[in-house]
Amino acid sequence: METFLQQVINGISQGSAYALIALGYTMVYGVLRLINFAHGDVYMFGAFMGYYLANIPWIESRLGTSAASAVFVMLGAMILSAGLGILIEQFAYRPGRSATRFTLAFWFGVLGAGGGQLVGQTFASVVLGAVVGIAVGAVLEWLGIRPVRQESRLALLIIAIGVSLFLENGGQQAFGADPKFFPQIIPTTSLNIGPLNLDSQRVIVLLVSLALMVVLTVIVQYTKTGKAMRAVSFNLDAAKLMGINTDRIIAFTFALGSALAAAGGILVSLLYPRIDPLMGVMPGLKAFVAAVLGGIGSIPGAMIGGLIIGMAEVMAVGYGQSTYRDAIAFVILVLILLLRPAGIMGKGMIEKV
Amino acid sequence: MMLLDLKNLSSGYGAIEALKGINIHIDKGEIVTLIGANGAGKSTTLRSITGLVPPTSGEILYEGKSLNGVPTHRITAMGISMVPEGRAIFANLTVSENLELGAYLRRDKAENEKDLERVFALFPRLKERRKQAGGTLSGGEQQMLAIGRALMARPRLLLLDEPSLGLAPLLVHAIFEAVDAINREGTSILLVEQNANAALKHSHRAYVLETGTIIMEGPSAQLIADPRVKEAYLGE
Repeated sequence: METFLQQVINGISQGSAYALIALGYTMVYGVLRLINFAHGDVYMFGAFMGYYLANIPWIESRLGTSAASAVFVMLGAMILSAGLGILIEQFAYRPGRSATRFTLAFWFGVLGAGGGQLVGQTFASVVLGAVVGIAVGAVLEWLGIRPVRQESRLALLIIAIGVSLFLENGGQQAFGADPKFFPQIIPTTSLNIGPLNLDSQRVIVLLVSLALMVVLTVIVQYTKTGKAMRAVSFNLDAAKLMGINTDRIIAFTFALGSALAAAGGILVSLLYPRIDPLMGVMPGLKAFVAAVLGGIGSIPGAMIGGLIIGMAEVMAVGYGQSTYRDAIAFVILVLILLLRPAGIMGKGMIEKV
Repeated sequence: MMLLDLKNLSSGYGAIEALKGINIHIDKGEIVTLIGANGAGKSTTLRSITGLVPPTSGEILYEGKSLNGVPTHRITAMGISMVPEGRAIFANLTVSENLELGAYLRRDKAENEKDLERVFALFPRLKERRKQAGGTLSGGEQQMLAIGRALMARPRLLLLDEPSLGLAPLLVHAIFEAVDAINREGTSILLVEQNANAALKHSHRAYVLETGTIIMEGPSAQLIADPRVKEAYLGE
């Protein structure tokens, strides 16, 4: 019984971290009808920003392992990641939504840079790849192949995958491909509550995640911007007619989702301190499954979905099936797609005309 | 005094040209109606004015300023509100929240409160249902909410797209009464309707649109008596 309760606590804290990432997927889907596959990489970026902030000598010497340093690291990484989210939206998805002149050249440039990175791991090869890509894109455009059209969901999806690859490869360039160890920014102690033996990290992960979800709910339900977000996700044109600057709301949604992903990245790094530029891939996919399970576009759905995935995973490991740890989420995905494709909180598919 | 002036406006979706150089103007204080069959380009006219569909050629002048290329939310800020076809209520938001979003650009709380009372006076049903989700309202109530929401922006020009569509005769009557009341308080109105009979009775001037071209225009009282209009649009 004790083990079981212990596992439940572990499951909730793991699940709440997934829920934080899943929220970003579901909110962006809400406003853009786009699965932002770069979201898992924003989670990685958040963890690295936390790592670098915590290792600033001034912070280390003044704050050390204290609540103040934890708050500084957390908020700093969230703000920086929110900035990254805005940049992604601005430079990748916005051109994809409104067919601008150089979209094609721009994207071939990115692809070329990625190709260059794969061929030779040097700066020069990346630059050369980018230049060739831009040239190819410009020629294609000049030949009359139009940039992505406004309504093209597929193009946005390809852009999302491109951004994801860009961040993963860029992360390997910028942060180094070797794993790093996330510093202990909060002290580890054991708490004994009755028969339960909890370590402080898990409790902190749990409490901070829940607090962030409460804050998010308040923003979305009660602030003017939150109402505008809901309006945009329900009907883009009608939101514009209200005088809402929808581009700004979309950028804000990316910022909010990215900040939550960064928080998730740091919280998970407290539990599993090994971080590397590809660390976002698996949690990103699992959080995506969580968002689908909860009903994509639904905020409470993402929270519930995250908790279920985390719980299922921890239970599988706890009861001896650790080999299948990473498979659990995808088994759940297959089941939900077969049994209830709209997800737990989803309202069925309403095809927009 | 001229409030809105569409000069030789063409507009469309990709290869399809929905408007082929139309000229329409609205004077301050008028109710102008645009009648025509399904697919004549009535909705496209309204969507072009609000920037949801960019015009391909021609000019849109509002209070002397060009609206070409101005984003939709800026046009709303300039005093043009539109009630889109199908109402476009935010179904997951309450009636109150829908109305609040109508006043999105306005910061003066006391003034908003006054306008909210005005809307509730016009449509008492909305007051009863203000805590309900917009999606749970009946068609007529949704239409009232859509009009009320547009009024919360305190527009100088109100664009109405098929406000009577799908409503029972009694409700159609109520909606047109409200349109008259809104106009009496000083708001100019461009009314798009398939219900030509009611639209002509509740407007000062009218344009008849056929496959993207204006084929007739004049005072509504005159058009309603015109044999061609009678035959084609009034079903007599």
